[in-house]
Amino acid sequence: MASEGRKRLALVASKGTLDQAYPPLIMASTAGAMGWEAGIFFTFYGLNILHRERLRHLQVSPIGNPAMPPPLHALPMVKVPNLLGTLPGMTAMATTMMKGWMSKAKMPSVEEMLQMCIEADVRLFACATTMGVMGIRQEELIPQAQCAGATTFLDYAAGADVSLFV
Amino acid sequence: MSGVEIASTLDCTGLVCPLPVIKLSKAIKVAAPGAVIELLATDPGAVADLEAFERRTGHRVLERSEASGIFRFLVQRAS
Repeated sequence: MASEGRKRLALVASKGTLDQAYPPLIMASTAGAMGWEAGIFFTFYGLNILHRERLRHLQVSPIGNPAMPPPLHALPMVKVPNLLGTLPGMTAMATTMMKGWMSKAKMPSVEEMLQMCIEADVRLFACATTMGVMGIRQEELIPQAQCAGATTFLDYAAGADVSLFV
Repeated sequence: MSGVEIASTLDCTGLVCPLPVIKLSKAIKVAAPGAVIELLATDPGAVADLEAFERRTGHRVLERSEASGIFRFLVQRAS
């Protein structure tokens, strides 16, 4: 159970795209700011968020995402066909576009959000199975990542007040 | 104006969630018990978030107001 009667947040981060990296990091860092304990289990593509190199190059794709790109305020009727997302360079373009919105809104980068989680003592569990399946070694991850299996996370989550799967 | 003595001001205008709450929490950690921090924010979620923050952390929001799109909160660190 969480210590000293503190609330505990347990999250699973299973996606490795730029847009999906933010919600677990925002939730966990905010939990820390509220004095809660928080832990995130990074599994499958979510493990990229703990990867020293890959975390700096997370991308977002417009393919299969009809919400992206959003309509332009000036031309609300113009919709970009989803098929165009398959063209070379579209993922890079969408990623640049999203990073542009983020920086305009003064939103921290994924690295900075991760740093806030670390400062808030958020537990960062790196899924051992994913490391095995994807061939990722401990030294490829940031030093705060703790290699753990489902049992470790479930034990942590059993004492949680809030659990979410992202 | 109230007679509350403000220990420090935290300007979070132009910042979105979760930054105002994270910065507030950091400021509270280094503040003396009972000290009052003035928080300025433009994040539209700040009003609801500060209510939840008060309820969950025990730090009190003594005052809240809004002028020309800027929310102002006086938050007192719990003793």
